[in-house]
Amino acid sequence: MTTARPETPAADAGPAEHLHAALALGDDALVLAQRLGEWTGNAPTLEEDVALTNIGLDLLGQARHLLGLVGDEDELAFHRDEREFRNLQLVEQPNGDFAHTIARQLYFSCAQSLVHRELAASDSPLAGLAGKTVHEVAYHRDHAVQWTLRLGDGTEESRTRMQRALDALWRYTGELFDPVPGLPVDLPALRAPWLRDVTEVVERATLRLPSGPDRAAWAAGGGRDGVHTEAFGRLLAEMQHLPRSHPGARW
Amino acid sequence: MSQGQLWEVFVRSRRGLSHTHVGSLHAPDAEMALRNARDLYTRRQEGVSIWVVPSTAVTASSPDEKDPFFAPAGDKPYRHPTFYEVPEGVRNL
Repeated sequence: MTTARPETPAADAGPAEHLHAALALGDDALVLAQRLGEWTGNAPTLEEDVALTNIGLDLLGQARHLLGLVGDEDELAFHRDEREFRNLQLVEQPNGDFAHTIARQLYFSCAQSLVHRELAASDSPLAGLAGKTVHEVAYHRDHAVQWTLRLGDGTEESRTRMQRALDALWRYTGELFDPVPGLPVDLPALRAPWLRDVTEVVERATLRLPSGPDRAAWAAGGGRDGVHTEAFGRLLAEMQHLPRSHPGARW
Repeated sequence: MSQGQLWEVFVRSRRGLSHTHVGSLHAPDAEMALRNARDLYTRRQEGVSIWVVPSTAVTASSPDEKDPFFAPAGDKPYRHPTFYEVPEGVRNL
Protein backbone atom coordinates (compact mmCIF):
# COMPACT_ATOMS: atom_id res chain seq x y z
CA MET A 1 0.00 0.00 0.00
CA THR A 2 1.57 3.26 -1.10
CA THR A 3 -0.87 5.75 0.35
CA ALA A 4 0.45 8.70 2.28
CA ARG A 5 0.21 8.46 6.03
CA PRO A 6 -2.19 11.11 7.23
CA GLU A 7 -0.96 13.38 9.93
CA THR A 8 -1.77 12.05 13.34
CA PRO A 9 -1.61 15.03 15.66
CA ALA A 10 0.69 14.65 18.61
CA ALA A 11 -0.95 14.35 21.99
CA ASP A 12 0.81 17.44 23.32
CA ALA A 13 0.58 19.64 20.26
CA GLY A 14 -0.73 22.63 22.21
CA PRO A 15 -3.50 24.48 20.36
CA ALA A 16 -4.14 21.51 18.06
CA GLU A 17 -4.42 19.07 20.95
CA HIS A 18 -8.15 18.80 20.44
CA LEU A 19 -7.46 17.23 17.04
CA HIS A 20 -6.17 14.14 18.79
CA ALA A 21 -9.55 13.86 20.51
CA ALA A 22 -11.36 14.62 17.26
CA LEU A 23 -9.59 11.71 15.61
CA ALA A 24 -10.47 9.31 18.44
CA LEU A 25 -14.15 10.33 18.60
CA GLY A 26 -14.36 10.58 14.82
CA ASP A 27 -13.02 7.05 14.37
CA ASP A 28 -15.50 5.73 16.97
CA ALA A 29 -18.36 7.30 15.03
CA LEU A 30 -17.08 6.20 11.62
CA VAL A 31 -16.51 2.57 12.56
CA LEU A 32 -19.80 2.20 14.42
CA ALA A 33 -21.61 3.83 11.48
CA GLN A 34 -20.03 1.24 9.17
CA ARG A 35 -21.13 -1.60 11.48
CA LEU A 36 -24.70 -0.28 11.68
CA GLY A 37 -24.73 0.15 7.91
CA GLU A 38 -24.23 -3.60 7.62
CA TRP A 39 -27.79 -4.02 8.92
CA THR A 40 -29.24 -2.11 5.96
CA GLY A 41 -31.50 -4.55 4.18
CA ASN A 42 -30.84 -7.24 6.84
CA ALA A 43 -32.54 -5.98 10.00
CA PRO A 44 -35.27 -8.12 11.61
CA THR A 45 -38.04 -5.77 10.46
CA LEU A 46 -38.32 -2.97 7.94
CA GLU A 47 -38.91 -0.48 10.75
CA GLU A 48 -35.76 -1.55 12.58
CA ASP A 49 -33.82 -1.42 9.34
CA VAL A 50 -34.62 2.28 9.06
CA ALA A 51 -33.95 2.91 12.77
CA LEU A 52 -30.47 1.36 12.72
CA THR A 53 -29.62 3.06 9.44
CA ASN A 54 -30.75 6.42 10.85
CA ILE A 55 -28.49 5.96 13.86
CA GLY A 56 -25.64 4.95 11.57
CA LEU A 57 -26.16 8.07 9.46
CA ASP A 58 -26.18 10.28 12.57
CA LEU A 59 -22.83 8.78 13.52
CA LEU A 60 -21.49 9.18 10.00
CA GLY A 61 -22.40 12.87 10.22
CA GLN A 62 -20.40 13.15 13.45
CA ALA A 63 -17.49 11.30 11.87
CA ARG A 64 -17.43 13.57 8.82
CA HIS A 65 -17.37 16.67 10.99
CA LEU A 66 -14.68 15.37 13.35
CA LEU A 67 -12.40 13.86 10.71
CA GLY A 68 -12.88 16.98 8.61
CA LEU A 69 -11.23 18.94 11.44
CA VAL A 70 -8.24 16.61 11.39
CA GLY A 71 -7.68 16.49 7.64
CA ASP A 72 -9.31 15.23 4.46
CA GLU A 73 -12.20 13.05 5.62
CA ASP A 74 -12.04 10.62 2.68
CA GLU A 75 -8.29 10.28 2.90
CA LEU A 76 -8.62 9.49 6.62
CA ALA A 77 -11.49 7.05 6.21
CA PHE A 78 -10.32 5.15 3.17
CA HIS A 79 -6.54 5.37 3.10
CA ARG A 80 -5.43 4.63 6.61
CA ASP A 81 -4.38 1.15 7.65
CA GLU A 82 -5.66 -0.72 10.68
CA ARG A 83 -2.97 0.43 13.12
CA GLU A 84 -3.69 4.09 12.34
CA PHE A 85 -7.32 3.96 13.46
CA ARG A 86 -7.93 5.26 16.99
CA ASN A 87 -11.43 3.87 17.60
CA LEU A 88 -12.43 1.80 20.61
CA GLN A 89 -12.40 -1.95 20.16
CA LEU A 90 -16.04 -1.99 21.30
CA VAL A 91 -17.36 -0.25 18.19
CA GLU A 92 -15.53 -2.57 15.78
CA GLN A 93 -17.06 -5.73 17.27
CA PRO A 94 -19.16 -7.64 14.73
CA ASN A 95 -22.91 -7.11 14.69
CA GLY A 96 -23.53 -10.71 15.77
CA ASP A 97 -27.21 -11.35 16.36
CA PHE A 98 -29.60 -8.45 16.98
CA ALA A 99 -28.98 -8.68 20.74
CA HIS A 100 -25.22 -8.18 20.24
CA THR A 101 -25.88 -5.07 18.19
CA ILE A 102 -28.19 -3.73 20.89
CA ALA A 103 -25.74 -4.51 23.71
CA ARG A 104 -22.97 -2.71 21.80
CA GLN A 105 -25.31 0.25 21.27
CA LEU A 106 -26.29 0.28 24.94
CA TYR A 107 -22.72 0.28 26.26
CA PHE A 108 -21.52 2.81 23.70
CA SER A 109 -24.39 5.26 23.59
CA CYS A 110 -24.76 5.42 27.40
CA ALA A 111 -21.10 6.47 27.52
CA GLN A 112 -21.31 8.73 24.48
CA SER A 113 -24.26 10.64 25.89
CA LEU A 114 -22.32 11.37 29.11
CA VAL A 115 -19.22 12.39 27.14
CA HIS A 116 -21.04 14.66 24.71
CA ARG A 117 -22.95 16.37 27.50
CA GLU A 118 -19.69 17.26 29.29
CA LEU A 119 -17.98 18.16 26.05
CA ALA A 120 -20.83 20.50 25.09
CA ALA A 121 -20.36 22.38 28.37
CA SER A 122 -16.58 22.66 27.94
CA ASP A 123 -14.61 25.38 26.17
CA SER A 124 -13.13 22.87 23.71
CA PRO A 125 -13.32 23.64 19.97
CA LEU A 126 -15.39 20.43 19.84
CA ALA A 127 -18.05 21.86 22.17
CA GLY A 128 -20.10 23.22 19.26
CA LEU A 129 -20.43 19.82 17.62
CA ALA A 130 -21.25 18.13 20.93
CA GLY A 131 -23.97 20.73 21.55
CA LYS A 132 -25.63 19.63 18.31
CA THR A 133 -25.19 15.90 18.80
CA VAL A 134 -26.51 15.74 22.37
CA HIS A 135 -30.09 15.21 21.15
CA GLU A 136 -29.28 12.58 18.56
CA VAL A 137 -27.09 10.67 20.98
CA ALA A 138 -29.91 10.77 23.55
CA TYR A 139 -32.11 9.11 20.95
CA HIS A 140 -29.52 6.41 20.19
CA ARG A 141 -29.36 5.68 23.89
CA ASP A 142 -33.13 5.52 24.19
CA HIS A 143 -33.33 3.14 21.22
CA ALA A 144 -30.83 0.77 22.84
CA VAL A 145 -32.55 1.02 26.24
CA GLN A 146 -35.99 0.24 24.80
CA TRP A 147 -34.70 -2.84 22.98
CA THR A 148 -32.68 -4.07 25.96
CA LEU A 149 -35.85 -3.94 28.07
CA ARG A 150 -37.89 -5.79 25.47
CA LEU A 151 -35.32 -8.47 24.67
CA GLY A 152 -34.42 -9.03 28.33
CA ASP A 153 -37.99 -9.13 29.52
CA GLY A 154 -39.25 -10.84 26.36
CA THR A 155 -39.18 -14.54 25.49
CA GLU A 156 -36.85 -17.16 26.94
CA GLU A 157 -34.89 -17.06 23.66
CA SER A 158 -34.53 -13.27 23.52
CA ARG A 159 -33.57 -13.15 27.18
CA THR A 160 -30.82 -15.77 26.75
CA ARG A 161 -29.43 -13.98 23.70
CA MET A 162 -29.49 -10.54 25.34
CA GLN A 163 -27.66 -11.82 28.41
CA ARG A 164 -25.10 -13.60 26.23
CA ALA A 165 -24.52 -10.37 24.29
CA LEU A 166 -24.07 -8.25 27.44
CA ASP A 167 -21.58 -10.82 28.78
CA ALA A 168 -19.65 -11.11 25.50
CA LEU A 169 -19.13 -7.37 25.04
CA TRP A 170 -18.44 -6.50 28.67
CA ARG A 171 -14.69 -6.99 28.23
CA TYR A 172 -14.61 -4.05 25.80
CA THR A 173 -16.26 -1.54 28.15
CA GLY A 174 -13.21 -0.64 30.27
CA GLU A 175 -11.63 1.16 27.35
CA LEU A 176 -14.57 3.57 27.14
CA PHE A 177 -13.17 5.40 30.17
CA ASP A 178 -9.48 5.56 29.37
CA PRO A 179 -8.37 9.21 29.18
CA VAL A 180 -8.17 10.68 25.67
CA PRO A 181 -5.52 13.40 25.33
CA GLY A 182 -7.08 16.64 24.12
CA LEU A 183 -10.55 15.73 25.34
CA PRO A 184 -11.51 18.04 28.22
CA VAL A 185 -13.66 15.38 29.84
CA ASP A 186 -12.64 13.38 32.90
CA LEU A 187 -13.41 9.99 31.34
CA PRO A 188 -12.39 7.79 34.32
CA ALA A 189 -14.83 9.79 36.47
CA LEU A 190 -17.66 8.99 34.05
CA ARG A 191 -17.42 5.27 34.66
CA ALA A 192 -19.47 5.48 37.88
CA PRO A 193 -22.47 7.32 36.34
CA TRP A 194 -22.25 5.06 33.27
CA LEU A 195 -22.29 1.96 35.45
CA ARG A 196 -25.28 3.36 37.33
CA ASP A 197 -27.18 4.01 34.07
CA VAL A 198 -26.38 0.62 32.55
CA THR A 199 -27.12 -1.27 35.78
CA GLU A 200 -30.50 0.41 36.06
CA VAL A 201 -31.46 -0.61 32.50
CA VAL A 202 -30.09 -4.14 32.79
CA GLU A 203 -31.93 -4.75 36.06
CA ARG A 204 -35.18 -3.38 34.68
CA ALA A 205 -34.72 -5.79 31.78
CA THR A 206 -34.52 -8.62 34.38
CA LEU A 207 -30.95 -9.34 33.27
CA ARG A 208 -27.76 -9.30 35.31
CA LEU A 209 -24.73 -7.11 34.85
CA PRO A 210 -21.70 -9.16 33.73
CA SER A 211 -19.23 -9.72 36.56
CA GLY A 212 -16.04 -10.52 34.60
CA PRO A 213 -13.14 -8.14 33.90
CA ASP A 214 -14.08 -5.13 31.78
CA ARG A 215 -11.01 -5.49 29.58
CA ALA A 216 -9.27 -8.45 28.04
CA ALA A 217 -5.77 -9.27 29.26
CA TRP A 218 -4.37 -9.09 25.72
CA ALA A 219 -6.01 -5.75 24.96
CA ALA A 220 -2.80 -3.93 25.95
CA GLY A 221 -3.15 -0.33 24.88
CA GLY A 222 -6.33 -1.04 23.03
CA GLY A 223 -8.00 0.70 20.13
CA ARG A 224 -6.89 4.19 21.11
CA ASP A 225 -3.31 3.05 20.47
CA GLY A 226 -4.21 1.44 17.16
CA VAL A 227 -4.40 -2.10 18.53
CA HIS A 228 -7.51 -3.70 17.09
CA THR A 229 -9.32 -7.01 17.16
CA GLU A 230 -9.44 -9.61 14.42
CA ALA A 231 -12.79 -8.52 12.98
CA PHE A 232 -11.60 -4.98 12.32
CA GLY A 233 -9.43 -5.91 9.33
CA ARG A 234 -12.43 -7.37 7.51
CA LEU A 235 -14.52 -4.29 8.29
CA LEU A 236 -11.82 -2.04 6.82
CA ALA A 237 -11.43 -4.27 3.76
CA GLU A 238 -15.13 -3.89 3.00
CA MET A 239 -15.19 -0.17 3.77
CA GLN A 240 -12.02 0.71 1.87
CA HIS A 241 -11.71 -1.64 -1.07
CA LEU A 242 -13.63 0.48 -3.58
CA PRO A 243 -11.75 3.79 -3.18
CA ARG A 244 -8.47 1.88 -2.95
CA SER A 245 -9.00 -0.22 -6.09
CA HIS A 246 -10.46 2.70 -8.06
CA PRO A 247 -8.66 5.81 -6.80
CA GLY A 248 -10.64 8.96 -7.43
CA ALA A 249 -13.82 7.02 -8.28
CA ARG A 250 -16.98 9.11 -7.91
CA TRP A 251 -20.67 8.26 -7.85
CA MET B 1 -38.62 -11.98 15.34
CA SER B 2 -42.33 -11.44 14.82
CA GLN B 3 -43.38 -8.23 13.13
CA GLY B 4 -45.57 -7.13 16.01
CA GLN B 5 -48.97 -5.62 15.48
CA LEU B 6 -49.96 -2.97 12.97
CA TRP B 7 -50.23 0.71 14.01
CA GLU B 8 -51.68 3.74 12.22
CA VAL B 9 -49.53 6.85 12.39
CA PHE B 10 -50.79 10.44 12.62
CA VAL B 11 -48.39 13.38 12.39
CA ARG B 12 -49.00 17.03 13.24
CA SER B 13 -46.84 18.94 10.80
CA ARG B 14 -47.01 22.32 12.52
CA ARG B 15 -48.50 23.82 15.63
CA GLY B 16 -52.09 24.79 14.99
CA LEU B 17 -52.75 22.08 12.39
CA SER B 18 -54.44 18.78 13.13
CA HIS B 19 -52.73 15.43 13.14
CA THR B 20 -52.94 13.85 9.68
CA HIS B 21 -52.79 10.17 8.84
CA VAL B 22 -49.44 9.48 7.17
CA GLY B 23 -49.26 5.69 7.02
CA SER B 24 -48.86 2.58 9.11
CA LEU B 25 -46.08 0.45 10.56
CA HIS B 26 -45.31 -2.65 12.60
CA ALA B 27 -44.18 -2.51 16.23
CA PRO B 28 -44.37 -4.80 19.27
CA ASP B 29 -45.97 -2.13 21.47
CA ALA B 30 -47.07 1.52 21.57
CA GLU B 31 -43.75 2.91 22.80
CA MET B 32 -41.82 1.22 20.01
CA ALA B 33 -44.49 2.25 17.51
CA LEU B 34 -43.89 5.90 18.46
CA ARG B 35 -40.15 5.50 17.97
CA ASN B 36 -40.55 3.70 14.66
CA ALA B 37 -42.92 6.43 13.52
CA ARG B 38 -40.31 9.03 14.43
CA ASP B 39 -37.76 7.21 12.27
CA LEU B 40 -40.07 6.42 9.36
CA TYR B 41 -42.24 9.51 9.07
CA THR B 42 -40.49 12.51 10.64
CA ARG B 43 -36.86 12.16 9.56
CA ARG B 44 -37.18 15.14 7.23
CA GLN B 45 -38.70 17.43 9.85
CA GLU B 46 -42.25 16.58 8.85
CA GLY B 47 -43.68 16.82 12.32
CA VAL B 48 -43.87 18.29 15.79
CA SER B 49 -46.16 15.65 17.30
CA ILE B 50 -47.01 12.01 16.58
CA TRP B 51 -49.97 9.80 17.49
CA VAL B 52 -49.96 6.05 17.03
CA VAL B 53 -53.17 4.03 17.19
CA PRO B 54 -53.52 0.25 16.95
CA SER B 55 -54.96 -0.48 13.52
CA THR B 56 -57.45 -2.84 15.16
CA ALA B 57 -58.93 0.16 17.00
CA VAL B 58 -59.99 1.75 13.73
CA THR B 59 -63.59 1.15 12.65
CA ALA B 60 -63.83 1.80 8.93
CA SER B 61 -66.83 2.43 6.71
CA SER B 62 -67.54 -0.42 4.35
CA PRO B 63 -67.22 -0.06 0.56
CA ASP B 64 -70.66 -1.77 0.31
CA GLU B 65 -72.23 1.11 2.20
CA LYS B 66 -70.55 3.74 0.05
CA ASP B 67 -73.75 5.00 -1.55
CA PRO B 68 -75.94 5.28 1.54
CA PHE B 69 -73.05 6.95 3.32
CA PHE B 70 -71.80 9.43 0.77
CA ALA B 71 -74.16 9.81 -2.19
CA PRO B 72 -76.82 11.91 -0.38
CA ALA B 73 -74.31 14.76 0.11
CA GLY B 74 -73.78 15.04 -3.65
CA ASP B 75 -76.71 17.36 -4.43
CA LYS B 76 -76.56 19.62 -1.39
CA PRO B 77 -74.32 22.50 -2.49
CA TYR B 78 -75.82 24.71 0.25
CA ARG B 79 -73.66 22.80 2.72
CA HIS B 80 -70.53 24.33 1.20
CA PRO B 81 -69.39 27.54 2.89
CA THR B 82 -69.39 29.52 -0.37
CA PHE B 83 -71.83 32.24 0.65
CA TYR B 84 -69.47 34.42 2.62
CA GLU B 85 -66.01 35.85 2.21
CA VAL B 86 -63.15 34.17 4.00
CA PRO B 87 -61.27 36.91 5.87
CA GLU B 88 -57.81 37.62 4.51
CA GLY B 89 -55.01 35.91 6.33
CA VAL B 90 -57.05 32.83 7.29
CA ARG B 91 -55.18 30.01 5.65
CA ASN B 92 -56.52 26.96 7.43
CA LEU B 93 -60.27 27.12 7.88
